[in-house]
Amino acid sequence: MRWLVATVAETIPETARAITLRLDVSNWPGHRAGQHVDVRLTAEDGYATQRSYSIASPPGIDRLELTVERIDDGEVSPWLTTVADVGDQFELRGPIGGWFVWDGDASAPVLLVGGGSGVVPLMAMLRHHAASGSTAAMRLVYSARTLGDVIYRQGLEGLASPHRAITLTLTRESSSDWVGHRGRVDVDMLAELGWPPSVRPHCYVCGPTPFVEVVADALVGLGHEPARVRTERFGPTGG
Amino acid sequence: MDTSPLDGNATAGALGELFAFDVTMAVTTCAHCRHTWPMADLRAYVRAPGIVLRCPSCGGVQLRLVQSTERTWLDVRGIQMLQIPAGATV
Repeated sequence: MRWLVATVAETIPETARAITLRLDVSNWPGHRAGQHVDVRLTAEDGYATQRSYSIASPPGIDRLELTVERIDDGEVSPWLTTVADVGDQFELRGPIGGWFVWDGDASAPVLLVGGGSGVVPLMAMLRHHAASGSTAAMRLVYSARTLGDVIYRQGLEGLASPHRAITLTLTRESSSDWVGHRGRVDVDMLAELGWPPSVRPHCYVCGPTPFVEVVADALVGLGHEPARVRTERFGPTGG
Repeated sequence: MDTSPLDGNATAGALGELFAFDVTMAVTTCAHCRHTWPMADLRAYVRAPGIVLRCPSCGGVQLRLVQSTERTWLDVRGIQMLQIPAGATV
């Protein structure tokens, strides 16, 4: 797989720490919802470093969108989130991964569970669900620290529909104005907001490694088939 | 530094340079414990001079990859068997 040149066409702030980069990528072959890319930055002295970032845009859109959360001591995300500007170029390789994908051709219900910026590949699936007119029922449970940390807040509200149920849960929101769910995603929350195992949903779980471990174990504990629980872990080890 | 492992998804780009199939779809049989796992689910340790993939069941090392500008070293002695679905070839 060759490295491609991406040119920043637009930058869209999402939260205080996260930004969406809308990119023109030469010879982009297209992608599936849930895939990621490797981004490589090379310094003038030749030092190169790379990280993986999920694709936020659905298949079939001209410009590729990556949403990146800044890790303060990271090597790649600080540049992508605070320095990269319209016209800047960097290298990327992709699309990568045929495991953590949802193509929209199955009618089985779908449960998406995201923690923090783990919502990014799930957003591509939600957008693909909307764009493709899929009749599969899709539910998202998205855990963020505070309301200010919620990526795509407006976009998610716009995507909510009878076929797409979207639930936020906040783990550290102090404002009493928030009347939605609070606390970490656990067995009880998944039993309430997810699907019963009997309808055999496809489950996609993405977030920091500890979040993914807890949620995947809880889903299997509820009776979901392990083979239908697909996971993608990322972490502060990214950056 | 956070030392939580990532998973095989995070290494698919680097391994994709070497293999003619999507490694996230391939299934390994661990040479240590014989459990089978999709490579996407293997535990990936990437903050090191190379990449190490470990078995989620027993923690045994399945794959090590080190790359320099001159050459690549690949150690797969921890994988007893690799199953590659027909649709995973690229």
